[in-house]
Amino acid sequence: MEKSYIVKQISIFSENRPGRLAAIAGALRDAGINILAFSIAEADGFGVVRALVDRPEDAYRTLTDLGFRVSFTDVIGVKMRDEPGGLSDIASILGDAGINIEYAYAYSGKDAAVLILRVDQVEDAVRQILARGGELLKASLSR
Amino acid sequence: MAPWNPRTEEMPLDDLRRLQFKLLKSLVYRLYSFNDFYRRRMKEQQVHPDDIRALEDVAKLPFMYKSDLRDGYPDRIFSAEQNELVRYHVSSGTTGKPTVVGYTERDIENWSESLARAFSSCGLGRGDVMQVSYGYGLFTGGLGAHYGAERVGATVLPTSVGNTERQIELMQDLRVTAIACTPSYLLHIGEVAEKMGVSIKNDTDLRMGFLGAEPWSEQMRGRIEDWLGIRAYDIYGTSELSGPMFTECAEQQGIHIWGDLALVEIVDPATGEVLEAGEQGELTITMLQKEALPMVRYRIGDLTAVEEGTCACGRTHPRIGRIRGRVDDMLIVRGINVFPSQVEHALLEIPQVGRHFQIVVDRKGALDSMLVRVEVSEEAFSDKITDLMVIKKAVEHRLRSSLNVSVDVELVEPGTLPRFEGKSKKVVDRRSL
Repeated sequence: MEKSYIVKQISIFSENRPGRLAAIAGALRDAGINILAFSIAEADGFGVVRALVDRPEDAYRTLTDLGFRVSFTDVIGVKMRDEPGGLSDIASILGDAGINIEYAYAYSGKDAAVLILRVDQVEDAVRQILARGGELLKASLSR
Repeated sequence: MAPWNPRTEEMPLDDLRRLQFKLLKSLVYRLYSFNDFYRRRMKEQQVHPDDIRALEDVAKLPFMYKSDLRDGYPDRIFSAEQNELVRYHVSSGTTGKPTVVGYTERDIENWSESLARAFSSCGLGRGDVMQVSYGYGLFTGGLGAHYGAERVGATVLPTSVGNTERQIELMQDLRVTAIACTPSYLLHIGEVAEKMGVSIKNDTDLRMGFLGAEPWSEQMRGRIEDWLGIRAYDIYGTSELSGPMFTECAEQQGIHIWGDLALVEIVDPATGEVLEAGEQGELTITMLQKEALPMVRYRIGDLTAVEEGTCACGRTHPRIGRIRGRVDDMLIVRGINVFPSQVEHALLEIPQVGRHFQIVVDRKGALDSMLVRVEVSEEAFSDKITDLMVIKKAVEHRLRSSLNVSVDVELVEPGTLPRFEGKSKKVVDRRSL
């Protein structure tokens, strides 16, 4: 049950220099893979590109074959109202449930805005959010 | 493994030392009489052949350096006429003018004999197929290993360097059992084979490798042996000695230096003073039987220590330990001596990063900075920046404690650090001094 809400994010190691994002995005374009959401986290000389794509397995294989260091990460997507207060509602649910966020990023799509979360105890988080009336993105949406 | 030449290889040490003294004495008389270059050197140092009264008196003789070969280019310090030579080899000259070495028929004979003893001490012989993936041509590696392997009755496959996919196909098709190449090239072969879907361990008959021409470490040996399912032996030599000449035996307890061919000393690189057995210093070799190009107390520039005492294999000749680095590869960073081999050692103990690295030395203002670039391993890669920063800090800490100098570590994408098919160049020095 909880598993159907766990979304596979691909995480890609990237050096912090011009052209690296272009190389990653270009490879996904050539493979016909659509990026639903993404973010870049940067540190000292390197970064991690995190992305939700429509075909994670294909994206993993495509990038690995090109020599990129890639891993899968379990994340969840919490739907938000795309209007003032949307993030506030969701953040309150997470806070009340005692869920600690490792990192988060968001996108505003056709149907709703979505907050993508990397949390410690992902199955527990799914249960807590659903119990408090939150709505989660189905993993099958990213296939 | 049975000795190739038991009478010599198992000669009691006292007899060996008597033989060395006899050979040294006749070498010095011959040079003093017939070699203008070395006679001049001896006169400058005020030493006469009659002063050599015991083996230890070798320390009275003047040193020879690489620069002597460069200054004498091409053949001015040779002891033989061109019509007595059967071959030349020429060093690459990456660090200066090229140097030329020459061989008489007997020099080639002794070179082959030296490697025949070495290869058979590891069990290479009739029935083996040896792929020689050292460069053939002006470089001594290819032809040297070739002659040694033929001498013991092995079948030689002279692939030379490059066209790695073809090398791997031939290794399978001709059931190659042994390979001679640089350790970095063997790693490259292993990586290319995996990409081709070939496991060296499971899909080939390869069982031993003679790896040298660049420094490598015990940890690297462990990785190569586990990964490729072979025994990896250290091979040593330089063109001035003839070429690759000496290897470890199957015991893997140091490289046997055949005392009837070469007299080993370890000297302090700064003072030239002879060091005791077991002490690390600069390898210095006198070639006792070389005819065309004699080398006396030749300061090779490699750092190692000599071990005396009979080896578990029964051979009595002295052994040298792993080459710890080059006297001239030494970087001085903020006044501290740093050898690239130390970085390699340290990294091999950290599973979170790969085995390839690059050192970049720069100067910011008055202060030297040292950056080490490493690749994050597949197992250690995390989507969390904090995890990656922990790895970076751990590598920095480990390097700092083994080098005694602070180091910045940069994590780079896999496959971006250069893999070289020859001698590795792992240091970029951007300081304009």
